[in-house]
Amino acid sequence: MFRWIAVGAGVLILAVLAAVALFLLQQAWPALTAGSDELAAAVPRFPEGTSFLGFVGPLVFGTLLAAALALGLATPVAMGIALFISHYAPRRLAQVLGYLVDLLAAVPSVIYGLWGISVLGPAALPLWEWLNRYLGWFPLFAGDVSSASRAMATVAVVLAVMILPIITAVSREVFLQTPKLHEEAALALGATRWEVVRTAVLPFGRSGVISAAMLGLGRALGETMAVLMILSPGFLYSFKILAGAQQQTIAAYIAADFPEASGLAVNMLIATGLVLFVITLAVNMLARGIVARRKDFSGAN
Amino acid sequence: MSATAPATDTAESTARTRALLTTPDTRRRRTDRTMQVLIWAAFVLAMTPLVSLVWTVLSNGAARMSMDFLTLSMRNIFGGDPSGGIYHAIMGTLVITGVAALISVPVGILTAIYLVEYGKGALARAVTFFIDVMTGIPSIVAGLFAISLFTLILGPAVRMGIIGAVALSVLMIPVVVRSCEEMLKLVPNDLREASYALGVPKWLTIVKVVLRTSVAGLTTGVLLAVARVIGETAPLLVTVGVTDSINVNPTDGRMMTLPVFIYRQYMQGTATCPGGESATCVPDIAMQSAWGAALVLIVMVLALNLVGRLVNRWFAPTLR
Amino acid sequence: MAQRIDVKDLNIYYGDFLAVQDVTMTIEPKSVTAFIGPSGCGKSTFLRTLNRMHEVIDGAHVEGTVALEGVDLYGADVDPVAVRRTVGMVFQRPNPFPTMSIKENVLAGVRLNNRRMSRSDADDLVESSLRGANLWNEVKDRLDRPGSGLSGGQQQRLCIARAIAVKPQVLLMDEPCSALDPISTIAIEDLIGELKQSYTIVIVTHNMQQAARVSDRTAFFNIAGTGKPGRLIEMDDTSTIFSSPAEKATEDYVSGRFG
Repeated sequence: MFRWIAVGAGVLILAVLAAVALFLLQQAWPALTAGSDELAAAVPRFPEGTSFLGFVGPLVFGTLLAAALALGLATPVAMGIALFISHYAPRRLAQVLGYLVDLLAAVPSVIYGLWGISVLGPAALPLWEWLNRYLGWFPLFAGDVSSASRAMATVAVVLAVMILPIITAVSREVFLQTPKLHEEAALALGATRWEVVRTAVLPFGRSGVISAAMLGLGRALGETMAVLMILSPGFLYSFKILAGAQQQTIAAYIAADFPEASGLAVNMLIATGLVLFVITLAVNMLARGIVARRKDFSGAN
Repeated sequence: MSATAPATDTAESTARTRALLTTPDTRRRRTDRTMQVLIWAAFVLAMTPLVSLVWTVLSNGAARMSMDFLTLSMRNIFGGDPSGGIYHAIMGTLVITGVAALISVPVGILTAIYLVEYGKGALARAVTFFIDVMTGIPSIVAGLFAISLFTLILGPAVRMGIIGAVALSVLMIPVVVRSCEEMLKLVPNDLREASYALGVPKWLTIVKVVLRTSVAGLTTGVLLAVARVIGETAPLLVTVGVTDSINVNPTDGRMMTLPVFIYRQYMQGTATCPGGESATCVPDIAMQSAWGAALVLIVMVLALNLVGRLVNRWFAPTLR
Repeated sequence: MAQRIDVKDLNIYYGDFLAVQDVTMTIEPKSVTAFIGPSGCGKSTFLRTLNRMHEVIDGAHVEGTVALEGVDLYGADVDPVAVRRTVGMVFQRPNPFPTMSIKENVLAGVRLNNRRMSRSDADDLVESSLRGANLWNEVKDRLDRPGSGLSGGQQQRLCIARAIAVKPQVLLMDEPCSALDPISTIAIEDLIGELKQSYTIVIVTHNMQQAARVSDRTAFFNIAGTGKPGRLIEMDDTSTIFSSPAEKATEDYVSGRFG
């Protein structure tokens, strides 16, 4: 009896996940099958004569750009922190520091948004202007700098801070698992601390760090509030990360338009949500796959 | 042997050894130092936003804090009127998060029990895998799922607290399962076997021995999961909507929650005060209220984290 | 260019805990010195102070001097990294780097220096080191295969090859055969006999027959009880230790009465 309740709970979870996919698909279907004229009539900001894919394209682009930038900023720093906690900080300090990094993960995203627009944005503006003035020839830094810092660059920094804890936590775990044997082998060959890290720790933790980064990527892809509150949206395939009104992400687009949407526009938003779901699902499954393969490896040792 | 060797030989080999041991490779040493500095820098860099954020929320939020702010709603408050409060949002957050916990905790714990105590074969592997997948669902998609579900049942444009609670459950269940699974695994097998040896059936062993041993850990897991979802904004924005009045009934229309309140106040922008700033009209009152609500929210999250960890430290039985 | 080690009044600590007390000994160059004693007597701890691996553990430190050819390894101007290059070490369990090939493993220590080695120099060094470790003939056809694919005894010889590739003066071995089967053990023991032509070798072993077979001098360590520090009881030519030791405790130990 008790056993079947427990099994039921497990099955319920599978059912819920199937339901998520199914209901989203069911609600998205009208938008996926509607003609572009119908969509243009129902959905604000829908350009004439485009298909659903033509409309979602720039949003997917914006989502990927934001997540990729955040990942690029966060991964090296997260690896640094993970190494700091696992191999550099005194042991007693390391625990406290690990806890502090975990606290970063506990801060609600809406508060990150508030902080990003009122503290980070103004603080980073001089840097954005500097980049624009001296490195403006580089496509990422081209265009006119958004005067209120409401640009992709600011969003990317905030997203990077938000995904830092998850990447750090997973990397720290794999770095801590580095066999003492291999670290001692490197030390006994006359390696400095950094050389121990390079010869024993990093090769051992490589796949772990990759999957950590993928988990961070998954989180950055779905992050809504920070983007919604900071970014001045646009619907272009644009690499100008310092300028306003260039890109928009799927999640922020949904959150911005959903409260006022009705009819086919709702189906349209759910369809875009489905696209986001598929992207994050793919990224997460890839990450889990890497982790699982790594487990097989360590089991064999 | 050097003791019998001529003195000059000894001196020479000492000098050679000294040279060997005291001349470090400057390039390698520099690399080592550089990396050490970089790794410290990474840490300081990551602590900067945390410190800055906590400081900003504390200083800006404390300025708005008052008894009225915590006990009044925003009903009939317009423009720059500073007399409203966040009581309705606090209540909404408590009710919706509470309902979400009521749904997630039993499902989560039972699933964890299934995985640890019974789980074998394809079903258990599938459940484990899909819980991992569920962990990665973007919160806004969880919101869309809940609203799609209720649209099918109740028709379009419906907004109520229970929908938000369902959305939060989708986010919360995998967190509960994961942490409870860890806690149940910590219960040593000896305890289970001792119980079986006394002729206690499996389900009773689980209830009386396994759950009782790990109750502190489970509490911690649940509290941390609540802390994770209590600050969720996006799913509530699309499922629960907003209101300025107090509504504590999750099945009756729109509710306000703290995260959504913060967002709404932020979006309101500056109010126009015809006679300039006065006791009844403060231009940036909306932003101030947003910071005030942020402070309350962050205190709730930190308190849940702290209590969760303390419960585990104080009440956990020493198993090893 | 093997070198002698003079240890004087050495106390070894883990934090406040005194693990080994008051060791004074001389280790002769181009010879094999064995440390024996019951487990927990501090022989491995003492070994690790000879190349400053001891201090890697938080709070671990020493008092006294360990002099290599008259130079105190713990002197203020001495670089611990240089010490570990000069005094190589082989561990209890073979630990080739799992992500590296056999060849890369041998070159791992040399590569740290990043001397721009020509391909042929690198190949020569790999061959001479593997020959030095009696492993060349077994692995010459599969140098690019992972080191973890070798048998335990081969892995241990690979680790010895890796240690001698950086051309140390002294080679420390911490129970190098305890994880190996008897045949691999004999291979390593033969190798130790050859290596002492060019290196000062110090070996910790819990196997008294092994100490008797491979070493020229033997030091016996003992511990008065748990929580007490380990001490050097006596050190002498191996034949003397095993036939007519000066101390009663040594005689009891080598004749198998305890430990």
